[in-house]
Amino acid sequence: MSGFPILSLMLAVPLIAAVACLFLQAKAARTVALAATLVNLALGVALWMNFDIGGTQWQFTERVEIFSGFSWALGIDGIALLLIMLSVFLMPICIGASHSIEKRVGEYMAAFLLVEVFMLGVFMAQDLYLFYMFFEAGLIPMYLIIGIWGGADRIYASYKFFLYTLLGSVLMLVAMLWMVHTAGTSDIPTLMTYDFDPKVQTWLWLAFFASFAVKMPMWPVHTWLPAAHVQAPTAGSVILAGVLLKMGGYGFIRFSLPMFPEASAYFAPLVWGLSMAAVVITSLIALVQTDMKKLIAYSSVAHMAIVTIGLFAFNVQGLEGSMLVMLSHGLVSGALFLCVGVIYDRLHTREIARYGGLAINMPRYALFFLLFTMASIGLPGTSGFVGEFLSLGGIYQASTWAALICTTGIILGAAYMLYLYRRVVFGEQKNADAAAMPDLDVRELLMVVPLALAALWMGIYPESFIAPMRADIAALDARLARAKPEGDSKVTLGKANPAHEEVSAHGGSH
Amino acid sequence: MDWSHSLRLIAPEETLSIAGLILLLIAAWGGDKASRLISILAVAALVGAAFLVAPALCGAHMGPDYSAFFGQVRADAFSSYAKILIYLSAASTLVVAPAFFERTGAMRAEFPILIVFAALGSGMMVSASDLLALYIGLEMNSLAAYVLAAFVRTDGRSAEAGLKYFVLGALASGILLYGMSLTYGFTGTTSFSGINAALSGGLSHGALFGLVFMLAGLAFKISAVPFHMWTPDVYEGAPTPVTKFFATSGKVAAIGLTMRVLLDAFGDQAAAWRQIVVFIALASIVIGALGAINQKNIKRLMAYSSINNVGFILVGLAAANVQGASAMLFYLVIYVATSVAGFVAILMLRDENGEQVEEIAKLGGLSRTRPGIAAALAFVMFSLAGIPPMFGFWGKFLVFRAAVDADMMALAFLGFAASVIGAFYYLKVVKVMYFDEATGVVTWKSDVWHKAILGVTCLFISPLGYLLSGWLQGLSDIAATALFHAL
Repeated sequence: MSGFPILSLMLAVPLIAAVACLFLQAKAARTVALAATLVNLALGVALWMNFDIGGTQWQFTERVEIFSGFSWALGIDGIALLLIMLSVFLMPICIGASHSIEKRVGEYMAAFLLVEVFMLGVFMAQDLYLFYMFFEAGLIPMYLIIGIWGGADRIYASYKFFLYTLLGSVLMLVAMLWMVHTAGTSDIPTLMTYDFDPKVQTWLWLAFFASFAVKMPMWPVHTWLPAAHVQAPTAGSVILAGVLLKMGGYGFIRFSLPMFPEASAYFAPLVWGLSMAAVVITSLIALVQTDMKKLIAYSSVAHMAIVTIGLFAFNVQGLEGSMLVMLSHGLVSGALFLCVGVIYDRLHTREIARYGGLAINMPRYALFFLLFTMASIGLPGTSGFVGEFLSLGGIYQASTWAALICTTGIILGAAYMLYLYRRVVFGEQKNADAAAMPDLDVRELLMVVPLALAALWMGIYPESFIAPMRADIAALDARLARAKPEGDSKVTLGKANPAHEEVSAHGGSH
Repeated sequence: MDWSHSLRLIAPEETLSIAGLILLLIAAWGGDKASRLISILAVAALVGAAFLVAPALCGAHMGPDYSAFFGQVRADAFSSYAKILIYLSAASTLVVAPAFFERTGAMRAEFPILIVFAALGSGMMVSASDLLALYIGLEMNSLAAYVLAAFVRTDGRSAEAGLKYFVLGALASGILLYGMSLTYGFTGTTSFSGINAALSGGLSHGALFGLVFMLAGLAFKISAVPFHMWTPDVYEGAPTPVTKFFATSGKVAAIGLTMRVLLDAFGDQAAAWRQIVVFIALASIVIGALGAINQKNIKRLMAYSSINNVGFILVGLAAANVQGASAMLFYLVIYVATSVAGFVAILMLRDENGEQVEEIAKLGGLSRTRPGIAAALAFVMFSLAGIPPMFGFWGKFLVFRAAVDADMMALAFLGFAASVIGAFYYLKVVKVMYFDEATGVVTWKSDVWHKAILGVTCLFISPLGYLLSGWLQGLSDIAATALFHAL
């Protein structure tokens, strides 16, 4: 497949479809959008099939010098591959979830396809400035999606989303300009191995942190997220939680950690502190929510804190765990928003108290909702468990206190998710209209079943997802080794345990 | 240095002068009925002049060979670059103006002629290399501009704009002249190269005063804070095509002139003026952004936006090197294209009676009633806000890159942070057009020329513009190098 510009093609397909959608009627626009996202999914599968695990770090690279100041440089490693897969997997589901959108369908589909272009561009870009452009460009279609098709308070939410993320990003751009000025290149792989002066790293790191912390979002700059999530249409929430939040984590793993290892180590306690605060505070906030989407939005902030804590654990477990949490959260929170969207479409309210006893009239819905609830809590066998376990295992080596406090997040997570599930699905059927809602139809099943299968696959056989990124994580770990902070747990390897080997081999054969 | 060489170098100016005089005669005999013919001929003259100056840019003309009339004016690549922008935006003004004036019957034969003379003056401003030539060009442009601002005599706002512009403009010219006289007094020469040589030993207090006064006068002309107060009133009151002309040709001329004075005459004294420019730049960015937030009239909003953008352009000036100058020129191209698109779109906003709609609140739901205009205005707003992937981002990127490369980190940080304030009001316009309920006020069918110019400029400021970035960067670099190799 070498030489064939598959990455550019993956960007071109949704872009062309987006332009076409602007000029099409509602029905045709839906078909075109669905077709384009499915084509991209097929291309994504082809990408994964052809990705040479254990081969060179950067694959499918393209470089064309058609601009002044930056180049059209694309390429992926295992980390980017997985996030690209997540994006192309979620997109057709988002298009399917947009069934209830009735006004200005063509523009809506165009905006969504543009979001896909920019998201994929972020993960593919190998030029610093190209990355920045994709990173920022996503704001425009998301602003329109929230503002035009959102709920009652959409204007405020769209402004908050736009201005918060913009302020974070412009600071990053100044740092990028300085880096390119100093290093003499805007090539990301080169910059990843360039050693900046540790003193300067400090403010460079902070400038990048300003951007990624907002995107992530980390406490206390997370407040745009609940507003945006609640007001966005269902598909908007899915893509926001599923992929856009991952840009922050991707930024840390691609820029902050490898480019500024010393500064990352220096600021690790700050990140731990914010993550610990986030896990506990946002989980408690989630516990008292009466709005379903808000609850899931706060749970997203808590899960993202598990990601940051794993990233700044400075070891392989933490990094791999963070990546898996990101992937799992992309699937699971996307699925949860979808579940909310299903009943919102029927009753037009997100108020938890308006529902109850849905297990009686919507048994299939109750089943899938339960699965995703469990995956969100991190039940073994679901995708949530693997990542959270690895992340927390990773941070335990670096800081036992951080591990202790973050683990309470798992318990609180179980509390608010089960409480939500009990109030919505179990109990009495208080309202006649809620009791009369029909169960999932074929279209909705087609959306939730793939998500459920993927969540189970990731929970039962995570090796499929760890294998492509293993070499990249190892390289990152080696890069970070020189700055690694000394842990307080002093983990030592026990005696070799043959039984343990056997168990893992056994587990692998499933 | 013979006369024929000098006369050959200023061929574009001669073309415009003679064309202007001939058109004046046609106007004298033909009257307002001939205004259409005069407009067409004026456009032809402007486009022809643009073709005449182009070889200087493409051939990278620079140095003493391209200095005319014993160092009075320079016909180098820099002035060519600026003049092409000036002439083309003036021509586009003439193309869109008739549709605006025809409803009120205010289209008179003088309009195209005044535009031609104003463009001629603007062209002289950017090629001046002597304080006297500078002042002649400036006044030639200004006198025509004062009349243009008050062109719709039946409209009180227009008359007010003309008067304000005239009084404040005369004051600023006075300040500028005072600065020039001080500079002359302490250096003994009016030529830029002479001033540069005389100041090589350092800046005396008197010359410093001269510099500061000149900067104050120039800041007025480019409408930079704290000399920006006239801009919103004049932009709002002047007829919209005239506002468009001020925001494009006028801006290019004033910025080009400022670059000549600061980078050429005072080029070795950058340390003396840099802090002033940094202050003006940041103040313009912040005040331009804050002032725009509460504006109800879209022309006033564009006025504050132009103050804001001048601030960004001056960031490149603060770098005081070839890279910074090149970034400013590149920014100017994008800014001119964006302004042309913006004002043409504003011209297309007319209600059922053909009245101009200027109130932002009346644009509610424009994306449903007139999707084309709404999309174009959204392009303009996102481009002015500098959000990638719009081409407007690239201009900001370049000036800040120049600042960072010149080790002016604080300026870059503050400037970028302040640009977020600006994003707020640009978003407001998009919000009104896309999120609010449709008001259905704008119903007038647009002129085909408006559509054509809007289409071309919007394509330029769209991400497709990046495809031209290599070519434009090359030209900007040539022009900026010419500015620094003027001697």
